[in-house]
Amino acid sequence: MVSKNDTGKIINVTIDGRPVKVPEGTTILHAAQSVGVFLPTLCYLKEVNDIGACRVCVVEVEGYGRLVTSCNTAVKEGMVIHTNSPQARETRRVNVELILSQHDTQCASCVRSGNCVLQTVANDLGIIYNNYKKDVPKGNWNKSFPLIRHESKCIKCMRCIQYCNNVQNIGVWDSINSGGRTTVGVSGGRSISESDCSLCGQCITHCPVGALRVRDDTDRVFEALADPDRITVVQIAPAVRVAWGETLGLNREFANVKRLVAAFRKMGFDYVFDTTFSADLTIMEEGSEFVRILTGKDKRRRPLFTSCCPGWVRFVKSHYPDMVDQLSTAKSPQQMFGAVAKTYLAELLQVDPSKIFCVSVMPCVAKKSECDLPTMRDDNGMPDVDCVLTTREIDRMIKAEHILPTQLEEEEFDDFAGIGSGAGVIFGAAGGVMEAALRSVYYLITGENPTVEAFSDVRGRNGWREATYFIKGDPIRVAVVSGLGNARKLIEALRTGEVQYDFVEVMSCPGGCAGGGGQPITPGQEKALERGESLYGIDRASSLRFSHENPEVRQMYEYYSDKPMMERVQHKLHTDHSRWHMPLSPNHK
Amino acid sequence: MPPESQTEKVLRELYGIVLRRVASGASLLCPVDMVTAFLKLCHAQSCGKCVPCRIGLGQLIAMLEDVLNGNATNATVALIENTARSIYASADCAIGFGAAEMVLNGLKGFREDYIAHIKDKQCSVQCEQGAPCMSLCPAGVEIPGYIALIAEERYADAIRLIRRDNPFPTVCGYVCEHPCEAKCRRHILDDAVNIRGLKRFAADNAGYVPPPEKYPETGKRVAVIGAGPAGLTAAYYLALMGHSVEVFEKREQLGGMLRYGIPRYRLPSDKLDNDIRAILDTGIKVRTGIEVGRDVGLDMLREEYDAIFISIGAHTDKKLKIPGTEGPDVLPAIEMLRGLGAGVHKDFTGKTVNVIGGGNVAMDAARSAMRLGARRVNIVYRRRQQDMTALPEEVEGAIAEGCDLITLCAPHSIERNAEGNIKALWVQPQLAGPIVDGRPLPIDAAEPRHRIPCDLIIVAIGQAIESENFGKARIPLDRDAICAGGDSSVLDHPGIFAGGDCVTGPATVIKAIAAGKVAAANIDEYLGFHHPIKADVDIPAPGMIKTEAWGRANMVEREAAVRKQDFEMIEEPLSGEAACLEASRCLRCDHYGYGTYWADRRRKW
Repeated sequence: MVSKNDTGKIINVTIDGRPVKVPEGTTILHAAQSVGVFLPTLCYLKEVNDIGACRVCVVEVEGYGRLVTSCNTAVKEGMVIHTNSPQARETRRVNVELILSQHDTQCASCVRSGNCVLQTVANDLGIIYNNYKKDVPKGNWNKSFPLIRHESKCIKCMRCIQYCNNVQNIGVWDSINSGGRTTVGVSGGRSISESDCSLCGQCITHCPVGALRVRDDTDRVFEALADPDRITVVQIAPAVRVAWGETLGLNREFANVKRLVAAFRKMGFDYVFDTTFSADLTIMEEGSEFVRILTGKDKRRRPLFTSCCPGWVRFVKSHYPDMVDQLSTAKSPQQMFGAVAKTYLAELLQVDPSKIFCVSVMPCVAKKSECDLPTMRDDNGMPDVDCVLTTREIDRMIKAEHILPTQLEEEEFDDFAGIGSGAGVIFGAAGGVMEAALRSVYYLITGENPTVEAFSDVRGRNGWREATYFIKGDPIRVAVVSGLGNARKLIEALRTGEVQYDFVEVMSCPGGCAGGGGQPITPGQEKALERGESLYGIDRASSLRFSHENPEVRQMYEYYSDKPMMERVQHKLHTDHSRWHMPLSPNHK
Repeated sequence: MPPESQTEKVLRELYGIVLRRVASGASLLCPVDMVTAFLKLCHAQSCGKCVPCRIGLGQLIAMLEDVLNGNATNATVALIENTARSIYASADCAIGFGAAEMVLNGLKGFREDYIAHIKDKQCSVQCEQGAPCMSLCPAGVEIPGYIALIAEERYADAIRLIRRDNPFPTVCGYVCEHPCEAKCRRHILDDAVNIRGLKRFAADNAGYVPPPEKYPETGKRVAVIGAGPAGLTAAYYLALMGHSVEVFEKREQLGGMLRYGIPRYRLPSDKLDNDIRAILDTGIKVRTGIEVGRDVGLDMLREEYDAIFISIGAHTDKKLKIPGTEGPDVLPAIEMLRGLGAGVHKDFTGKTVNVIGGGNVAMDAARSAMRLGARRVNIVYRRRQQDMTALPEEVEGAIAEGCDLITLCAPHSIERNAEGNIKALWVQPQLAGPIVDGRPLPIDAAEPRHRIPCDLIIVAIGQAIESENFGKARIPLDRDAICAGGDSSVLDHPGIFAGGDCVTGPATVIKAIAAGKVAAANIDEYLGFHHPIKADVDIPAPGMIKTEAWGRANMVEREAAVRKQDFEMIEEPLSGEAACLEASRCLRCDHYGYGTYWADRRRKW
């Protein structure tokens, strides 16, 4: 990073003939942006990557013979900068052509066509032919893994390495080889499937091109929809409803969940349900589990960690295997829904569970691996959730089905698993699970509802937030982290005794599921916070704010006429995280 | 000879550029790729007469490219090997068989990388293309950062930044062997940055810089045995980490070889004291005049302290095994230098002194003998001048001060007169023999032995470690060296660590400092902590880099005829003007190139 010599000093420079005043330490790129000059960038990723690899943002500085990269060069007093001088323009063009000479430019069949940074930069520069010989590298990849990398599309910007290493603090990616063969690979010479990849998918959403993508499972869903013998059931995760319209040109108010329900009905799904229903279920189970720990009936080490984020579960298993027993045994909302769909819902709908094809729509990459776990199947090996689609995949399906999103009318979810509380909706924002859980934990302990906003302190922008609440006079110390780098900091602090908590929510992706690795990509923009705000808005507008008041959840428990944690339900709604294998991190001591 | 053509001139310059560029190459790159690249150079050099060289090298290149591109099989490697053997066996001249030999050596030296390219379709080497100076500094000092601070005249901040990794900024400014300069990327343009000179400039101009704030007290106690660079470095960082540190030193004063080995004309006492003062200001307790194993037992220390670091250095000499060495006129060099360090100046007035050896200690002894009044000083060495392990500038300095080099002469015996006084050193002339590890072995020449008259012989043929007492305390030894792992822990002795010369044998100051740093980190971990060491210094953002070829600012030395009469500092500092220009030559590889990518990964330890 360029050092922020924050002396408060103001620097005067001239950019394209206009005088500019910026604080010392500002980069040329940001100084230019401050006066409306937007330079093309490719490898640069704010606060994550400023290694100046692509040389696309080069500008001319008077008095200096060579061009400089604007992304990582700080302005100096009196600098006279020309962002589009003939030399800068020509050099930028040559560098983009060189990148294109090694890039598989089959844009027509690329998932990033339309929001690819390289495509935009090349188009903007008016590159319509290339002077260089095409020399596209080939690579091998396990195409059955949820995260797929195309060597032929990688532009070696190293963003994925930097993000995984510096933000998520895992280090799955590394720069391999040297010289002209330098590229990105899985660190330590491992294959991706034997690596400690959490599958957070942040490398995908921060890849400027289509080199990293999620495994596309839309074919399997189309196939099931076309099969008259299959009963197709889809569940929609909370965070999907505030993001699905972004790359379809819809505003967030219009692209609400009811229109998404309508889109799925148009595609031919037999039943459309809401994961928010099972989020409420998760709160009931996890909340009860926490109350048992609080009251000493469950003697496990504290804190209890949430387990609804499968990226986080993968992270714990590979980096802190001795803490796996501190994860809540409650299944994630996706898997609770799956378990319910092929038992309870099948009974109510009077259908053969083996005929159900259960699809979930998630903002997440790791969910694709979660539904495949051996522990997420019934006794005959039938998976509870058959297929997971990311928000990006369902956007592609909407387009493929020629559905005009602007013409969609609002429709309601189907009965029995179509009602979710506002508490369930905020699962999609960092801090939301904790807040939802505390609303019901309060009820479970006191028999009364708290004021709805009683636990809203755990919301906010920081990646690591903490609060202490008193319920019946007893303090409950809670923390919320999002981003695995923050999770590691918190765990290290727990392990050295610097901090103590009773209950901790962890989300792999910065900002929680709203910023999930399966969400739509808008290059250069982090949308987790605004999406999260929308989720809180839905909660505020909801007439149902507590998971324990969800009538359909109550209905289900009554159907089984058991209390939460009772054996029959527990078997379906809880899991044993130790019963599947996750490769250890190479750094694990 | 016809005048040089334009093409010849450009080619001659190109060769110079290639030499400098190759010299600045990173230590770890894809070796198969590098061999392929060199092979292309060899092929271009071929005159084209002979088949093996003209065609064979081209075929080798094609096969190596296949390996690199993942298009090869194990059969390809076998064919590469066969082809290279045939070229080696049948090429007419060195252009061909030298190229083939390089390929064969590579197949021996990094065969696993060929296999990795074939099997995994990627290179097995983990390259780290950070700033070359930082990569080569054993202690990992953030060199571009402090040079940038010097350019801004922020000398105290430069010292603070250096001290994050090395608590001896002054000492290293004076005597570091500066491995950092070897691959300075500035070589590609002109010449390495004078890194040591700049560091000295910062140290000379910073004034007293107190140590940074310590971590809260941990209540743990650590004993450090030996107050040389390794011991004091470990003590310094352990103290900063909040541990209570006590240093045991056998001699009267602190510094180890820095005080008792390096002559004052290279490192003045007050400069050494400057660093030691800041180290001690962390609150380290010092107990001098105590020899562990004699005055206090290691077992007792082990009971009293939570951890122990052994850093006793290599303070005894290797004996010359020829007839006639008994007597006070055959002097071990380190004993003589130790005396000088303690302020004992012997009088060599009018004497002829033969110094045996070719290392830095031999040069120190020879130049000191000159200063003690010797009439004549001969440096007798069994190999050639370029094979000496002493730094070239030390050898040149000795010659300038009037020492004579007598090379290719192996000591045979010492001739004494009836009174038992030395008359001469008899030597056996040598020839440069086959090259082993980069230096030719000396072999006896057929010429007769001859005598080199002298009154005194100083022996500088190596150092040994006084480790018997530790051996008796069951510390594992390899000959005289203490056995310690890469993390400096001593096997089967939890809580006991060792590092520096007493583990590695005599090495450089900066290596000893690095050993102390490694030990401190591992002792901290052993005690159940992890205190990151950081420097609270803002490193200036790099500006435009001066890329025009520009001469390196060198330090000048006092006139030889004058300086050889005293023990005052030889080397003059850079002037402010020169230092400023020199600092501006730094290419800021911590930022440019792959610098940013790597720099952020190592700003604390």
